[in-house]
Amino acid sequence: MSASSSSNEITYHFEHTDSTKFIWRTFWILSALTVAELGIGLLIYTIHKGAHPNPTYVLAFKGMVCILTLAKAYYIVSVFMHLGDEIRNMIMTIVVPLCLFIWFIAAFLWDGTSWKNLRNEYNGNAPIERVEKAATEKGAKD
Amino acid sequence: MSTAAVTQGTKWWSGGRSPFNASYGKVMMWYFLMSDAFTFGAFLISYGTIRFSQNHWVDPNHVFNSFPFAGHANLPLAFVSLMTFILIASSVTMVLAVHEGHKMNKAGVEKYMLWTILGGLCFLSCQAWEWTHLLTGHHEVLVNGQIELWNTTVSHNPFGPEVMFNGKEVATPGPIAFGSYFFEITGFHGFHVFSGVIINVIMYIKTKMNHFEQRGHYEMIEKAGLYWHFVDLVWVFVFLCFYLI
Repeated sequence: MSASSSSNEITYHFEHTDSTKFIWRTFWILSALTVAELGIGLLIYTIHKGAHPNPTYVLAFKGMVCILTLAKAYYIVSVFMHLGDEIRNMIMTIVVPLCLFIWFIAAFLWDGTSWKNLRNEYNGNAPIERVEKAATEKGAKD
Repeated sequence: MSTAAVTQGTKWWSGGRSPFNASYGKVMMWYFLMSDAFTFGAFLISYGTIRFSQNHWVDPNHVFNSFPFAGHANLPLAFVSLMTFILIASSVTMVLAVHEGHKMNKAGVEKYMLWTILGGLCFLSCQAWEWTHLLTGHHEVLVNGQIELWNTTVSHNPFGPEVMFNGKEVATPGPIAFGSYFFEITGFHGFHVFSGVIINVIMYIKTKMNHFEQRGHYEMIEKAGLYWHFVDLVWVFVFLCFYLI
């Protein structure tokens, strides 16, 4: 590699190997993860087609797909985007703010579920005992 | 490792050097991508919130089950896996271009940039086909006691829960949020792919014109590469949220 400096701000250069082995290894890892995701996707499809889809299995398989996706994201960011080669302070300024997503996802999906429950309770197209409960509450108000 | 030895005694924060050991442009590209990640994240989380708030959502294996030139064959996940592999492959050629740039190999950079641009164009064509298929494909829907033919748009969703009508199962209108979110998020992602292709074309032309050779380094290819990989990264999540779960 030429020792050309891209900018005088940079103190040292990463050692770039001439080998492209790490690139192809990551390519195969990403492909394998994608194939695994597709396999689970087709499994969910088959479960859905069955007479009585088991919601617990469906949820478990969907969770597995989410974990595989996070693994793919890790390999893309760490190897392809070379974030793994940056110094620790740089990595932390990217990764720490992204932790906001933990709250972001949990809070909003929770909110969506609560919205559904409230609507079912007061809309009339919910299970019968809930409709009755809503009706008596209304009656009490009148 | 020599890098660790350098890190040990370096005063990163005393000025005169980048405390992150990266050029201004590269650091800012990372922060731009982080903010873009929040934009996409907000879109996808908003989609999730609306989806969780509905009693019924569309079955992606039913909506996305076609393949170009395959007629009405039921092929769930097939086309979208092709799109995913196109994007992964173009990510690999991009990282190979960056690698050739580190070696100051102009011909190699040009070759891999062309492959990356080609991958991006293939992906965009696939997306154009998929949108056309959704916007022009008509499905029978039971609306106010009558069968109507609906396509999938931001205001029409023909994939609602099925009911029995005149002895056969017919779909009813589904939540319109499906079309809105699908076209919004895949459209915003497609726009990123499009701008990524434009950036890559500019980088290819600049390589061809010896700009980076004169500058002595191919860091611009790295920055364009960061953007391109980010586009692939977003697709990983779009693929998860719209097609897999």
